[in-house]
Amino acid sequence: MTKFEDELKAGNFVTSECMHCMKIVWPPSDYCDNCFRDVNWRKVSLDGKIIEWSKKGNDVFCIAEFEKTIQIMGKIDGNINALKYGQMIKLTKCLLEDKHRFFFSLTNN
Amino acid sequence: MNKVAIVGCGNTKFTKDELPIESLLLESTKNVFDTTRNLSQDIVDGVIVSTNDNSKYLGAILSELSGIKPKISHTVEHLCSSGTSAVISGFSYIASGLADIILIAGADKIGNPGQVLEWDKSRGEFNHPIYWASMFTKAHKRKFNTTEEELAIVSAKNHKQAIDNPNAYSHKPYTISEIMNSKNVTDDLRILDCSYPCSGSSSIILASEDLAKKFTDLPIWISGIGQKTNSASFMKNQLTTFSSSVIAANDAYNMAKITSKEIDVAEIHDAFSVCELMAVEDLNLAERNTGATYTRNLFNTEDRKINPRGGLIGAGHPLGATGISQVVEITQQLQNNAEKRQISGAKKGLVHNMSAAATSSSVLILES
Repeated sequence: MTKFEDELKAGNFVTSECMHCMKIVWPPSDYCDNCFRDVNWRKVSLDGKIIEWSKKGNDVFCIAEFEKTIQIMGKIDGNINALKYGQMIKLTKCLLEDKHRFFFSLTNN
Repeated sequence: MNKVAIVGCGNTKFTKDELPIESLLLESTKNVFDTTRNLSQDIVDGVIVSTNDNSKYLGAILSELSGIKPKISHTVEHLCSSGTSAVISGFSYIASGLADIILIAGADKIGNPGQVLEWDKSRGEFNHPIYWASMFTKAHKRKFNTTEEELAIVSAKNHKQAIDNPNAYSHKPYTISEIMNSKNVTDDLRILDCSYPCSGSSSIILASEDLAKKFTDLPIWISGIGQKTNSASFMKNQLTTFSSSVIAANDAYNMAKITSKEIDVAEIHDAFSVCELMAVEDLNLAERNTGATYTRNLFNTEDRKINPRGGLIGAGHPLGATGISQVVEITQQLQNNAEKRQISGAKKGLVHNMSAAATSSSVLILES
């Protein structure tokens, strides 16, 4: 299991980051995709924005972007008719079961 | 660089049957040998297999089953564009002088493991292609005001064209209304907007210029190649353009020294309806923001220029065979041998094949 998955299993959403190139390395990797140095790992800000969304059955799912770089797909707790491009969301939960799972909720602003 | 021609073609029917991968590969290979004059096992320098199947050593297995003892044999896997990737590998062997005759055989089974890219964790639990297709479709609707009817026209056109393809998975026509009212896979995707995984195989023979006319009076030349990989992660994509396809197409047109206006017939990677609307613009076959109008006109005038064999939506999508099946179709079109599907006077054709939500694309230009 990778560092990213270890942390996800513990409920933490982390990213790799290169302190030499001063950049987020995403998708998560053990080495910087620019300089191949070892990366550092840190928690990702939980505040993001909606890029795109749709619905399957009762599940509303979306692409959410964090720190202007990291995009992931997950379930959003909210009325699909209330969603807008660029709307602010918060990552409320992440976990690793049979699949990687991310959950978001709308924020007030 | 030596010129390279397609001189023989073979297909199986695309079906729901769970056939062994080796049997599928052998069947389309047999079809090539049955229909290509002067082709014998002893002159084949290379056997390249395109598949997403988990079976190993298929290049050697197909060689043995076919009675070929090639210098070169291996498998190429690149998800949905494995087929054109294998063709480009075969082209390169001949163009470089390492080989003169190469068999390219592609196949996959209905339940092949290439449909979901497990590595891409950023998709979360939404890792099936229907989810990226829903994101593309929603973004297209939002940016271009694309309607459900415009999406359905792609599927109606391609299902209709597949009726005249004897190897197609589907021979059933659907009305625009039936497609729009077909089962919702998601809020933005109908079941009839999706291509179907299936079992099938397609094969071609590539030959050097010196030998091409030994096998056919009408060799079809691979005059342009473009390939681009932007990423493996869907989450790095733009949602309203296939940028890898734009780059691959430009490189292919430049290599062939032609413009998109000279293309008479094209096989486009319509994994979902929205993909065809995006691709005809990205390949510069239609002006920007006119993909839906362009496709509607083709449908209304029964012009088969795009996806004459029915595309992936009509013909089916056995991943490792798809790119090669597209090449077979364009080859037959340029040889004036496409029967009811024939585009009159076609001289130049294009193949567009892509993988994993267009994170990578291949474009080939073929000429008679």
